[in-house]
Amino acid sequence: MHYINPITIAKQCTCQNQTDIEKFEKLGEILSMYKDEPGSLINSLYVAQTIFGYLPDKVIKFVASRLNEPVIKVFGVATFYSYFSRFPRGKYTIKVCLGTACYVRGGKTLLEKVKKELGISIGETTPDGLYTLEIVRCVGACALAPVVVVNNDTHRRVKSNQIPEILQSYISEVSNEN
Amino acid sequence: MVKIKVGTATCGNAAGAQKTLEKLETLIQGQSDISLSQTGCIGLCYREPIIELEINGTKFLYGDVDETNAEKIYKTHIKDNKPITELLINQSNQHYSFEKQNRIVLKNAGVINPEIIEEYIAVGGYEGLKKALQITKEEVIATVKDSGLRGRGGAGFSTGMKWEFAKNSVNDKKYVICNADEGDPGAFMDRSVLEGDPHSVIEGMMICGYAIGANEGYIYCRAEYPLAIARLKNAIAQAEKKGIVGKNIFGSTFCFDIHIKEGAGAFVCGEETALMGSIEGKRGMPRLRPPFPAVSGLWAKPTNINNVETLASVGWILSNGACAYNKIGTEKSKGTKVFALAGKIKNGGLVEVEMGIPLKEVIFGIGGGIKNDKKFKAVQMGGPSGGCIPASLIDTPVDYESITATGAIVGSGGMVVLDEDSCMVDVARYFVNFTQTESCGKCTFCRIGTKRMLEILTRITEGKGVEEDIDSLIDLANKVKDSSLCGLGQTAPNPILTTIKYFKDEYIAHIRDKKCPAGVCKELITFNITDACIGCTACKKACPTKAISGEVKKLHVIDQSLCVKCGACYNTCKFKAITK
Ligand SMILES: Cc1cc2nc3c(=O)[nH]c(=O)nc-3n(C[C@H](O)[C@H](O)[C@H](O)COP(=O)(O)O)c2cc1C
Ligand code: SF4
Ligand code: FES
Repeated sequence: MHYINPITIAKQCTCQNQTDIEKFEKLGEILSMYKDEPGSLINSLYVAQTIFGYLPDKVIKFVASRLNEPVIKVFGVATFYSYFSRFPRGKYTIKVCLGTACYVRGGKTLLEKVKKELGISIGETTPDGLYTLEIVRCVGACALAPVVVVNNDTHRRVKSNQIPEILQSYISEVSNEN
Repeated sequence: MVKIKVGTATCGNAAGAQKTLEKLETLIQGQSDISLSQTGCIGLCYREPIIELEINGTKFLYGDVDETNAEKIYKTHIKDNKPITELLINQSNQHYSFEKQNRIVLKNAGVINPEIIEEYIAVGGYEGLKKALQITKEEVIATVKDSGLRGRGGAGFSTGMKWEFAKNSVNDKKYVICNADEGDPGAFMDRSVLEGDPHSVIEGMMICGYAIGANEGYIYCRAEYPLAIARLKNAIAQAEKKGIVGKNIFGSTFCFDIHIKEGAGAFVCGEETALMGSIEGKRGMPRLRPPFPAVSGLWAKPTNINNVETLASVGWILSNGACAYNKIGTEKSKGTKVFALAGKIKNGGLVEVEMGIPLKEVIFGIGGGIKNDKKFKAVQMGGPSGGCIPASLIDTPVDYESITATGAIVGSGGMVVLDEDSCMVDVARYFVNFTQTESCGKCTFCRIGTKRMLEILTRITEGKGVEEDIDSLIDLANKVKDSSLCGLGQTAPNPILTTIKYFKDEYIAHIRDKKCPAGVCKELITFNITDACIGCTACKKACPTKAISGEVKKLHVIDQSLCVKCGACYNTCKFKAITK
């Protein structure tokens, strides 16, 4: 069984800078390995999302044809799981934890604050393509609640007045890169 | 000889353990008499980052070790040999009672380096598997049965019996699945075991595989746990290299392979039939049982599915014997159980206690009581399928039967502690919102009934509730219970029913008096400034809508028409001059 770790691919892949044709080529290459493996649809969608950033119709149709599955089935799976996104995501995904522990320790207030600071609602992306706001139901750091996760960084015991500072630290990261 | 171990589990990393590790690395560079390694979560999450220092055999446990404190410990303790008492956990007044715990599942978490298989083997790891392979399958199953181990995933079904069913299913292909979906939001026992002691889970799966006659296993782990997935992959690879996973294990004819499947964010996939659907690459929707997985599971083959903690107990049971396990606990609930303490508790973290310990001992003894010394109101056990146990039942023994009698469930082991500032109607609404969002939609009552219950609860928290609402909720709750296919729908009403049972007065306060006694439901609270105000202007500055006016050293007032009830003033005031 070839288990292809999407995270490894993401690291090797310079996908963001590639053209659609190159992305489809890459995806096609990986899907050919998955083709005869039972139950590989979810893994395939993981890979597709890593390469494209999200799952637009054309990608869903492509996956369906390569795996020889009906489009409706692929679409059904892609929309069932919250990990898969049908829309482009920002460079940074802000996940406010609304698990029970975070909820009772003020997660909701943090969510309101992030919404206000970014001017977007859950599931939306800022017009500059920097931030996407999501909620997450527990990341397992409950004893340090409330928790906000930005990409791979977990911020613990967050107070709502720290939100601007946390968001700002990523903007600085972006301007440093440029 | 000095040994330093840094806890780098999710909780440690969230608190900055990676920085501590880097700092220590630079500090000890080139000194061969100091070793540095990583370990899992020791369970004292509230004091992370945590390091353990071992100097010539004496151990010191330090908490709150950020970069600055790491340097301090290095200079003062390691170099000058003077322990820093205020940072020590095992000597400070915040002493965490490890004595009240009995660690079987968590025995290695925070002790060994989970990324090195030799460390697991050195503490007796894989001995249980070795032992199992020397006896017959029937004997293995008899041992597990005699131990009294019951499934830790929620339902508490006898593990030995489950294995026996799977063994008795005749088929050339069978599977073992480890359920590492840990869906209960607010619980992290399984995460800690997977990150801190992944080999114990692998060992348990293999013993199960041998007993039921399976040679392939899957671990279904939720995607929200990237570190757990990484540690599992590493552990499997190491075990394969050592010949522990793969062909002819320990010279026997037994072969076993393990794969990892990542979840994709759906709570219902924790339900066993949905989980198998998800492994098969489909939408994770539960199906009717029977046929049970033991007869027809993954790819229609006989399958045994167990929770992480269940499997992590099995190696110990085989090594130490059924009697060693079944003499712990109560008559019907044997052994130990791991609980995740979170919410309004002082010492949040993981504890492993013997079944039957009074709830009070866990929350006030080991957990240290309520944060900021507020009043304890209830503890939510069992997550979205569970319920709230009120303060009056604090002496309830923690075992399957006693907890179920209160209307809650032991569940997977999440304990979210609630204090006087928690609104029970809001908590019920929170959970129904959760189950409503996560319902797979197959059953009408689960899909629409939860939605109606959510609407009623939302209405109540907004002050628009009517007298009949409580009866409608109970009526709907019973219907959803009776007409749902899987555990999600069947148990979704539990948070509502238990809060109505124990906190009916709070519902009535919301409905009749339009008041939220805990001061949580925004629409039902008004902030006011009392005479205690000394005119420090702090609240005026904190208010985002400029609703507060007043001069220095004079009583301030809130313009209710501008107030958005964010509570910023309430949290800022140092003189308790603001009421809600
Ligand atoms: C909605 C729902 C969610 C569940 N989530 C989990 C879970 O996250 N982890 C788990 O081990 N069991 C979960 N279960 C229970 C499993 O269906 C199954 O009973 C369990 O994995 C069996 O293992 P055990 O016998 O070792 O407890 C869930 C059940 C339901 C109905
Ligand atoms: S009870 Fe709910 S979650 Fe379970 S199968 Fe029915 S609709 Fe799906
Ligand atoms: S509830 Fe937020 S991390 Fe668990």
